[in-house]
Amino acid sequence: MAVYWGSACGGCCVSVLDVHEKLFDVIAVADLVFWPIALDFKYKDVENMPDKHIDITLYNGAVRNSENLRIARLLRQKSRILVAYGSCSHLGGIPGMANFSSKEDIFRRVYQESESTVNSDKVRPLAEYQVAEGILELPEFYNDVRPLSQVVHVDYIIPGCPPQTERLLEVFMAIATGAELPPIGSVIGSGTKAQCDECIRKKTENKRIKKFYRPWEIVDDGVTCFMEQGILCMGPATRSGCGYRCIKGNAPCRGCYGPTPGTSDPGAKMMSAIASIIDAKEPEEIEKIVEGIVDPAGTFYRFSLPASIIRRNVS
Amino acid sequence: MEFKPEIVAFLCNWCSYTGADLAGTSRMEYKPNVRAIRVMCSGRIEPTFILRAFKRGADGVLVCGCHPGDCHYQEGNYRCLRRFSLLQKYIQQMGIETERMKLEWISASEGKQFAELANSFTETIRELGPCKIKETLEVFT
Repeated sequence: MAVYWGSACGGCCVSVLDVHEKLFDVIAVADLVFWPIALDFKYKDVENMPDKHIDITLYNGAVRNSENLRIARLLRQKSRILVAYGSCSHLGGIPGMANFSSKEDIFRRVYQESESTVNSDKVRPLAEYQVAEGILELPEFYNDVRPLSQVVHVDYIIPGCPPQTERLLEVFMAIATGAELPPIGSVIGSGTKAQCDECIRKKTENKRIKKFYRPWEIVDDGVTCFMEQGILCMGPATRSGCGYRCIKGNAPCRGCYGPTPGTSDPGAKMMSAIASIIDAKEPEEIEKIVEGIVDPAGTFYRFSLPASIIRRNVS
Repeated sequence: MEFKPEIVAFLCNWCSYTGADLAGTSRMEYKPNVRAIRVMCSGRIEPTFILRAFKRGADGVLVCGCHPGDCHYQEGNYRCLRRFSLLQKYIQQMGIETERMKLEWISASEGKQFAELANSFTETIRELGPCKIKETLEVFT
């Protein structure tokens, strides 16, 4: 078994560590052959493996630079089953929001304009740099962030930011015990319905919304459906399986489990859902209510921009 | 080469499609750039339809439904209006000119209005120039 992080925060790797003492069950049936966060293996160790040597690879993180891409291709070649693990490799995740900007926008902001930067020579990172000792190399930073499935064939997807550790164990044990696996390409370790179907908050059939609030503008009553209180919740467009853990913690769903089965674009689905519950018929009134949704693209595509229909800012 | 805008028009079955049909049967001339897609109700037009149209190369998208209060299904056109207003905000954030998307109410008797709309919208898009979404999204860099 191998675990790798592409463009990620490290949370997914930690969620693997969260199996705690169950890790002994895992290593009883599998050798961990590559796991940068925990074990000291090098890329060349992977390169030296025969093809399909690794039974299962969990690739977390998006593909943001040439190193992520190279290792994604390498691990695909060396693995029997490649799993996109977590929101970033599934849909692009939080790093995917960089697709609202271009590489040039990002470099200008980070290396020139940010308040804490002094860079009068306008130095930018280069993929290659000549020094006396030879050529220094850095991975090339791409203009686009991509989910794993846009660069290599992915066998399974385990969604979540991070995925529920219990789901990982179930999946891992199914593979280890030779249980029958779902069809290739399936989203596993999650439910098949929307969050709303599982959520226990009090809901009425006819939702009617006159005003949207950002979470800090209103006191949540802790009982009623967030949407009915006017707080945007991604529940209607998000796959179940996490056990609505954010909602149980009194925070609205942010959509990390990705679109419901049969939906390709969670944001478009969300716009449909919201349009149905806005309680207004006059264009001016509708405009005013919609103004309450300050950042529709960022809210509805928080975890899924690179995998959505319009996957980046096109200007 | 002269730019010929490609416009996708989603027309509701009960009013707008019939209106467009009336323009045809009355032999009114209007610009041939509009490709009509008949849907049962403007409330049926999911944001996905419009976004896919852009992704596949539409330079403009026209959405037409019954006048407010006239919807065959009571509420469909209001849903359409609310979606449209959200979508406008969204496509602006994605760097798409909001003028490329237009919502108009066309009744079954408004053949003339439909022809005029097809002409004026084609002209708007011609002035904006080709939409770059398709080519931008085809390239990964």
